[in-house]
Amino acid sequence: MTAPGAAPALPVTGTPVLEARSLVKHFPVHRRGRRIQHGAVVHAVDDVSIAVREASITAVVGESGCGKSTLTRMLARLIRPTAGELLLNGSPAARQNAREYAGQVQMVLQDPFASLNLVHTVGYHLARPLRIHGLGPDGTSLDDEVTSLLERVALSPQNVGKYPHELSGGQRQRVAIARALAVRPRVLLADEPVSMLDVSIRLGVLNLLADLRERERLALVYVTHDIASARYLSDTIAVMYAGQIIEQGPSATVTDQPSHPYTQLLLAAAPDPDRPSPPALRGRGAPPSLVSPPAGCRFHPRCPFAMDVCARQAPPTVEVASGHVSACWLHAKDPDPDTPQNPDPDLRSFTPTTARQQDSRPPRGEST
Amino acid sequence: MTSLPVGTLDQPAAAGRSRPGEPLLEVTGLCVDYGIGPDAVHAVLDADLALHRGEVLGLAGESGSGKSTFAYAVTRLLRAPGVITGGVVRFHLGQGRDIDLLAADEAQLRRLRWTQVAVVLQSAMHALNPVFSIGDQLGDVLRTHRPDMDRAARRDRAAQLLDMVGITADRLRSYPHELSGGMRQRVMIAMALALEPQLVIMDEPTTALDVVTQREILEELAALRDRLGFAVLFITHDLSLLIEIADSIAIMYGGRIVERARATALFRAPRHPYTLGLLGSFPSLHGPRVHMTGIAGSPPDLRDPPAGCPFHPRCRYVMERCRTELPPLRPPARAGVQDPRVVACWLQDGSVPPPAELARPGPGSGPAPDPGHGPGPGVADGTNEPAADPAGTPADPQGGAA
Repeated sequence: MTAPGAAPALPVTGTPVLEARSLVKHFPVHRRGRRIQHGAVVHAVDDVSIAVREASITAVVGESGCGKSTLTRMLARLIRPTAGELLLNGSPAARQNAREYAGQVQMVLQDPFASLNLVHTVGYHLARPLRIHGLGPDGTSLDDEVTSLLERVALSPQNVGKYPHELSGGQRQRVAIARALAVRPRVLLADEPVSMLDVSIRLGVLNLLADLRERERLALVYVTHDIASARYLSDTIAVMYAGQIIEQGPSATVTDQPSHPYTQLLLAAAPDPDRPSPPALRGRGAPPSLVSPPAGCRFHPRCPFAMDVCARQAPPTVEVASGHVSACWLHAKDPDPDTPQNPDPDLRSFTPTTARQQDSRPPRGEST
Repeated sequence: MTSLPVGTLDQPAAAGRSRPGEPLLEVTGLCVDYGIGPDAVHAVLDADLALHRGEVLGLAGESGSGKSTFAYAVTRLLRAPGVITGGVVRFHLGQGRDIDLLAADEAQLRRLRWTQVAVVLQSAMHALNPVFSIGDQLGDVLRTHRPDMDRAARRDRAAQLLDMVGITADRLRSYPHELSGGMRQRVMIAMALALEPQLVIMDEPTTALDVVTQREILEELAALRDRLGFAVLFITHDLSLLIEIADSIAIMYGGRIVERARATALFRAPRHPYTLGLLGSFPSLHGPRVHMTGIAGSPPDLRDPPAGCPFHPRCRYVMERCRTELPPLRPPARAGVQDPRVVACWLQDGSVPPPAELARPGPGSGPAPDPGHGPGPGVADGTNEPAADPAGTPADPQGGAA
């Protein structure tokens, strides 16, 4: 049997179910509840583009603070992007109201102990989205739908009357997944869905997600800090660092031939019992402050291969192999920025200067 | 105690280790309950463990397996409703003297704690006092245990300790909230090492940290251990990490130790079905992506533990006997002389032939079979396996401590 991620290669043509174009999220810096220093922002996500297709799994991998959860929240429209565009089935998501959007894009959160309501039964949790979205048959019981939801996540229908405290962590996460599936979404955003679960039951939940991708042709976004599980589950891996996607490509390629120095660092640091000798870490240190991220490539202060150009100009996104892109000057054909020769507007760099200019306008949607 | 000197193996790599062998901590038949009377939950049952000087012993298990309770009981830090109901914890002070930690009174414990046994807890955020500077907190340890040191000497020593874990001395004036998670955990390690203890107990010390920070801290720990020669009891749920850094590993399940072996032997040739399942729960970073299943079911409810073997409801190889009889922890029937290990499983007592995946030849007996993971890019393949013991070659900074 093949791994979930090793499903037949999917054609990369056609309209993505969900597409983000140059998403930006800047959070204003607050102190004691008031905004200080006009324009001081946390550059949580800067210029991130990602497309997810039907029946595919995209993993977003990065360390804490890299912006992966902020990105997920923007994809779920829980927070509004500072700039950029979100397309659902090719049309701008902004035209749809929140409920329509939620009927297509659902989210599973990290902690199933917190995301389920302690005073309600499993059945209540599953029937509620059906009622809200008007999916149940009028006036009749939703029992059949709820039972079928439980079966779709491999839980016994006997669990319907149970309260969250009567379930194990893995069962709770399955209930949370079933709740997300209730509205028959096309996209499922899973933000660290297994990191709170015991090691021995994580794979069960990951395999369930892989099944759902195949059975229900869901487009899945799997957000994680664990690159090994991303390799196991996903078709595509996008590696984020300091608010930007720095490498993206087929899972096995990204993990077997990482092209960005940060991805190489992540892989070297990951636990690996097969490793015959201790890994050599190249690029020690910590991610930069996102209030004033480094100019040029955000990884350059740590990068073992940093060149002059890396501190001056943000690297272009270069295709290092088919479908495998890396934002690194090492892979640029002409790493001399004084002779700009990359006119592709899609690869425009987002410098901190332009970010600050943009943000001197009143922030949109922040007051809500 | 079943005499099983886990650290005194005649493996090639172990030969280069400093002071192997001499036992430091011997735990025999440790039992810990939460609560009293018929409703008591048996959190640790009949646990035997030996830790040798300079050794890194990994204790792995899922939440609720009793691994943290074990550490708290051994150090007598267990709070009510936790009750130690049995066992002996012998701590060897050297020169043939030893002390039973479970029988020791408070004064004896005070002399022992921190100077001989130090603890690093998982949440450095909560273990450090938010209203005192790092320097004050390091100084506190020294003032309590080294009353002859004056203020300036304490400050120098605190600066030296911070320097040891890669933090500059100007951070002495910083408060915990001014440090990153990794730096706070480094401060905790510096604090634990302040009095150069023989044993450092680490309870999930890097679980809350990012992988790069985790790796950096483990490297530092390895280098410090090579220099100072302390032993480490490293508690974590991350078995894949433990195999890399530990000399030997004990696996806990449902309050019991179910398998104990050298790290390489455990990885290459697990003998307990739970160990096998746990190993199969960590996707590999290399090789073909194979379907993995983890372990069906959930960890046992300790309020209502299953009869017989605690793992039997989840075990793929369950036999009739497993449902009623508790397997003892003892050497597997087919263990070689070079393979001193113990396992609590009826499949390994010689009465039935164990399934092939639980009978792989150990790393000491011929070429190790590849457990399904191909060698990764730039990684030597598994044929040099005996030399790749995580105990490490003397020249290698990580393998040693780790």
